[in-house]
Amino acid sequence: MTRIEKRFAEAKAANRPALVTYVMAGDPDLATSQAIMEALPQAGSDIIEFGMPFSDPMADGVAIQLSGQRALAAGMTLRGVLDMVENFRRKDETTPIVLMGYYNPIYVFGVDGFLAAAKAAGVDGLIIVDLPPEEDDELCIPALKAGLNFIRLTTPTTDDKRLPAVLKNTSGFVYYVSMTGITGAVIKSRGAVGEAVERIKGHTDLPVAVGFGIKTAEDAAEIGKHADGIVVGTVLVDAVGKSLADGKATDKTVAAVRDLVADLASGVKRARG
Amino acid sequence: MDGINSLRNGPDEEGRFGLYGGRFVAETLMPLILDLEAHYRAAKLDPAFKAELDDLSVHYAGRPSPLYFAKRLTEHLGGAKVWFKREELNHTGSHKINNCLGQILLAKRMGKTRVIAETGAGQHGVATATVCAKFDLPCTIFMGATDVERQMPNVLRMKMLGAEVRPVTAGAGTLKDAMNEALRDWVTNVDTTYYLIGTAAGPHPYPEMVRDFQSVIGTELKEQFQEAEGKLPDAVVACVGGGSNAIGTFHAFLDDADVRLYGAEAGGHGIDVENGHAASMTGGRPGVLHGNRTYLLQDSDGQILEGHSISAGLDYPGVGPEHSFLHDSKRVTYAPITDNEALEAFQLCTRLEGIIPALESAHGLAQLMKVAPSMGKDQSIVLCLSGRGDKDVESVGKYLGLL
Repeated sequence: MTRIEKRFAEAKAANRPALVTYVMAGDPDLATSQAIMEALPQAGSDIIEFGMPFSDPMADGVAIQLSGQRALAAGMTLRGVLDMVENFRRKDETTPIVLMGYYNPIYVFGVDGFLAAAKAAGVDGLIIVDLPPEEDDELCIPALKAGLNFIRLTTPTTDDKRLPAVLKNTSGFVYYVSMTGITGAVIKSRGAVGEAVERIKGHTDLPVAVGFGIKTAEDAAEIGKHADGIVVGTVLVDAVGKSLADGKATDKTVAAVRDLVADLASGVKRARG
Repeated sequence: MDGINSLRNGPDEEGRFGLYGGRFVAETLMPLILDLEAHYRAAKLDPAFKAELDDLSVHYAGRPSPLYFAKRLTEHLGGAKVWFKREELNHTGSHKINNCLGQILLAKRMGKTRVIAETGAGQHGVATATVCAKFDLPCTIFMGATDVERQMPNVLRMKMLGAEVRPVTAGAGTLKDAMNEALRDWVTNVDTTYYLIGTAAGPHPYPEMVRDFQSVIGTELKEQFQEAEGKLPDAVVACVGGGSNAIGTFHAFLDDADVRLYGAEAGGHGIDVENGHAASMTGGRPGVLHGNRTYLLQDSDGQILEGHSISAGLDYPGVGPEHSFLHDSKRVTYAPITDNEALEAFQLCTRLEGIIPALESAHGLAQLMKVAPSMGKDQSIVLCLSGRGDKDVESVGKYLGLL
């Protein structure tokens, strides 16, 4: 059993969705970011999505754009992201880590070299926004061969006809994007999200996590009624941004993220209560 | 005529020109670009679509654009005969209208009710706002905040045409940031919105579609030159930002091995100045951005650089994927032209021919000026004069100290 499978199984046994938290690697600086990462499991995060900063995050809203800019300004690189995962793994052997970002830095790093380094560092899976199934030969197939999960986004525009193609090489879990839009936007209809999750479950046995637009413990509880996992990102990186003074970390930075995650974890726990 | 060894066969079914191109977009957009491709294929086969586009090209855009013999420039350079393909005489003042007319007809066919576009210098924004006014579709133009400032006349034109101009402050506020923002809008408004990309780049089928709509330039040029001189030209030159006028000019000549093709990239302060140019092929490396793999200006970690050019229309860190393919295959010679070389060509053209070229086109002319003198007097070289320079007189005036 992979770390990801194990985590979803544990959450299911506890009759609750898994809490997946997204933070940006290197935001606002390397040391603080490492501390944030390490605080996440204790605060109630089941799975960590670790953002690989990119200069042109086309699918992200302002909060994650700014977060990536802070990380890049602080000197974060793809190699740096892998080093942080390696550091984390020395203390935590069980929390799954999924790297999320865009393809170009990986392409420039070199696909084979990157996959080997990611596996060695203790990465469990990848979510690459700009690699649809049409481009599976680029990274998805090599990643699966290297023993990493490749987690695909499905969206409201992915209809039943297309869904099997999208799910074909997906592994670990399915990430359902709750809306047509960018990260951090507002979910218009929670009911529609529930229906969509059911529709996807009709096509796969993989756990389905829902992300984009989940901001509060109440959102998490509500969406978590149907979903196997809840993904929260924008509010967390926004909390990092708001905790800064003159662009630098303060003693509030790590705590701001930790408190939010603890609150969201409480929402996840009462989702089916 | 397009045999197995033809360079005109691309892209393949996956939207690839060799290594380049592809469909590197978020899943939300994937069904949209597949739908777009299906509609484009159908439109291409529909005689009514072609008839309407041809009619608009003649009566609205003013095609065919003339082929003009630049006598004084020829004498000045002392080599090959110099010709201009006068795309700057089209309605809205550049080649951009060719593509906008084609795509707006497609948007109508698809039942879309809103149009978005990105623009750098504002030429594509103006052309888009123009066709949206004519076809009564609301449109939003994304433009980098820096470009809004340096291209005010075009901003005013777009607004008067009824477009909403949305300044983009993310990044350095130039063309790539405008494109990011347009993609964010599209991913949000998938049901209603048509994204009218202005250059032969982006996810498949855009590079192919924009090329096809712009290919009228080279096709006309070939006929006109045949009529004037009874042969093919010896060399053809165009400027390359994203590369829509260049691919439109070159495409008809790709299999004519005797016709030398030159693309002028934005060399800015010089190709050796770090982040001081926008020459993605001569100064960049392959990468993936905005839906396609192509040559990009980027650092060693794969982060995209902003680049620099005196010309807002060439100030883009990427290039259309077909150009990347033609660069690798060496069919087209791409060369960097510095800001200063472009300024010199701008002035020479203005003084000798009474034609004020766009700064973008002046890059092409500067490349022509390097090639023509070493060619024989019985030879000919043609420049695609892609746009007029009215929009640039203020910024050139500043550079020359006239203001």
